[in-house]
Amino acid sequence: MPVEGDTVIRIKDVVKEFGPLRVLDGVGFDVARGQTVAIVGRSGSGKSTLLRCIAGLETIQGGTIEVCGHAVGRPGSEARAQLRRDVGMVFQSYNLFPHLTVERNITLALTLVKKQPKEEARKVAAEVLGLVGLTDKRLSYPEQLSGGQQQRVAIARSLALKPQVMLFDEVTSALDPELTAEVLAVMEDLARRGMTMITVTHEMGFARRVADLVVFMYHGKVWEIGPTAELFADPKTAEFRQFVGSEL
Amino acid sequence: MSYKFDFAFLADRWPDFVAGAWLTVQLTVASIALGFVVGTVCALARVYGGPVLRRLVGIYVETIRNTPLLIQIFLVYFGLSSLGLKLSAEVSAIVALTVNMGAYTTEIMRAGIQSIQRTQLEAADCLGLTKMQTILHVVLLPAMERVYPALSSQFVLLMLASSITSQISAEELTATANLVQSDTYRSFEVYMIVAVVYLALSALYRFALWAIGLVLFERRRRLGTPL
Amino acid sequence: MIQLSANHILYLVEAARWTVLLSLIAFAGGALVGLPLALMRVARSRLLRGLAGIYIQIIQGTPLLIVLFLSYFGLGIVGFKLDPLVAAGLSLTIYAAAFLAEIWRGCIEAVPKTQWEASDCLGLNPFQQYAYVILPQAVRIATPPTVGFMVQIVKNTSLASVIGFVELARAGQIVNNSTFEPFAIFAIVGAIYFAICYPLSLASRHLERKVHAGRG
Repeated sequence: MPVEGDTVIRIKDVVKEFGPLRVLDGVGFDVARGQTVAIVGRSGSGKSTLLRCIAGLETIQGGTIEVCGHAVGRPGSEARAQLRRDVGMVFQSYNLFPHLTVERNITLALTLVKKQPKEEARKVAAEVLGLVGLTDKRLSYPEQLSGGQQQRVAIARSLALKPQVMLFDEVTSALDPELTAEVLAVMEDLARRGMTMITVTHEMGFARRVADLVVFMYHGKVWEIGPTAELFADPKTAEFRQFVGSEL
Repeated sequence: MSYKFDFAFLADRWPDFVAGAWLTVQLTVASIALGFVVGTVCALARVYGGPVLRRLVGIYVETIRNTPLLIQIFLVYFGLSSLGLKLSAEVSAIVALTVNMGAYTTEIMRAGIQSIQRTQLEAADCLGLTKMQTILHVVLLPAMERVYPALSSQFVLLMLASSITSQISAEELTATANLVQSDTYRSFEVYMIVAVVYLALSALYRFALWAIGLVLFERRRRLGTPL
Repeated sequence: MIQLSANHILYLVEAARWTVLLSLIAFAGGALVGLPLALMRVARSRLLRGLAGIYIQIIQGTPLLIVLFLSYFGLGIVGFKLDPLVAAGLSLTIYAAAFLAEIWRGCIEAVPKTQWEASDCLGLNPFQQYAYVILPQAVRIATPPTVGFMVQIVKNTSLASVIGFVELARAGQIVNNSTFEPFAIFAIVGAIYFAICYPLSLASRHLERKVHAGRG
């Protein structure tokens, strides 16, 4: 069981608008260190936008987001560089750099951002590639890998920076079912090692099995939130009941 | 036809041709390198810059691409000197060729940069790379790889177009030819020789650009697939 | 020294008519020679493909200025003294043909292979396949880059000034020789070229978008 210690992420009354469209409408919850949070909901419910806000990729119009002590989501945040060290993000479309080898994809930020010497960065790369089971793909290029392998490299690339929090944005949505499993296994392993994780996902099985906390979003709001087992056992709202029913 | 071809003048004049060709190489390598830098910076401004900057670059590109190089060279050499900025023929040639090259490079590199997806920039951002690091390591190289064939063709075209700088008496290959033919009255032979030298230079430039591509684009070298 | 006056500008604009005429000659000549070359480039016969390829390689690897010198000074000394307009028209034709052939070859090849197969199955002979199926489609694809290349032709007619043909660039030099205001004069000359070329550039881009939209 993760230790219910300090709060790593505080989200309060967050409002995000795209022009006239209000995508997030007063969203708030806290995440404790070591917790695994699954954000679920239909497409268009605002769950991916929320994750992008936490990652600092979007500016917010109202409320506050605090991640590892850094204020996020306001333009000109001084702590941006530090935030990048503390928070890793994995995308649905992997976003590996196609012109770089697997190893260089991982060492790029280590040498440029953390200013590590090349040798040290290579050691870190070997270590994280071991974690995702791709040690032998060190010198391959992204196009030579399957989607599942690319996504595992993307996870390794984030892990290499030793973040305190990992964010996963529908990381298996672009994958075939058989490739999905290998990526989810890596994530499950991470959760077991005590990584603080927020994952936006369609994989209800994964959410039930791995998440400590489930956030159900509906129309830009946190519609229902609670410990995984409780929430699935006893949905309080018709919307969540219907959602769970349709996803199974 | 009673004309007899006579290449005897080559015996004493060949060093002139070599010197002319060498100056052509120097002028064009300098202009290609400088023009590439100018064009790449302008292309970045055109894609990522603010509205004013984008507009200014657009005006630069359209002005250069829709006027003859000859007039651009005259403006730099005769025009600037009449305004008090006296440049040598060689420097004028490099300036004019660079400005010209820059405009074409801007258009080509812009297409390459625009082909880099926004998500690549987001990934770099999430890894903590600065804007400058992102441009250098994530944007420029793949962008360049995508448009490298067009870029190479443009470089060769510039080398050929540099013959126009003979008109401000930069003593490059074409000017050398003009000089030799006015001494020898063997214009047909002289220009045939120079045409062959230009053909050889074109082949040389293509080969050099291909080799540079191999060094620059490691992924392509190893996999042989387009990006 | 003579002041730069409205008369000078009028003179330049009148000279620009020769630029336009020379451009038209070059384009017509280039098209006339370039189309057969393009067809040779996509022919079944290796010999035809090779011959056209060699011509294109040589011309695309030689400065237009040298071609111009060869046809004016070179041919003159060999015994075929050409008028500057003829020499310039000939050189630009030789030059434009090589580039147009390459552009058009690409456009013919851009017509999907299945179109050949389909028209073949309908029993059309090769000439009919070209005339009724392939070329009409290739023309659509070819129009934007062809109009774009006309800009190159217009700009390159300025080289005719070098052999003394009085078109726009030469007229600029003549005016400059009496007024000594090179910056103003060549800026005006440049502006006149721009006025001819820019509409062509815009048209090319506009057509490009239309072709793209039509395909999408």
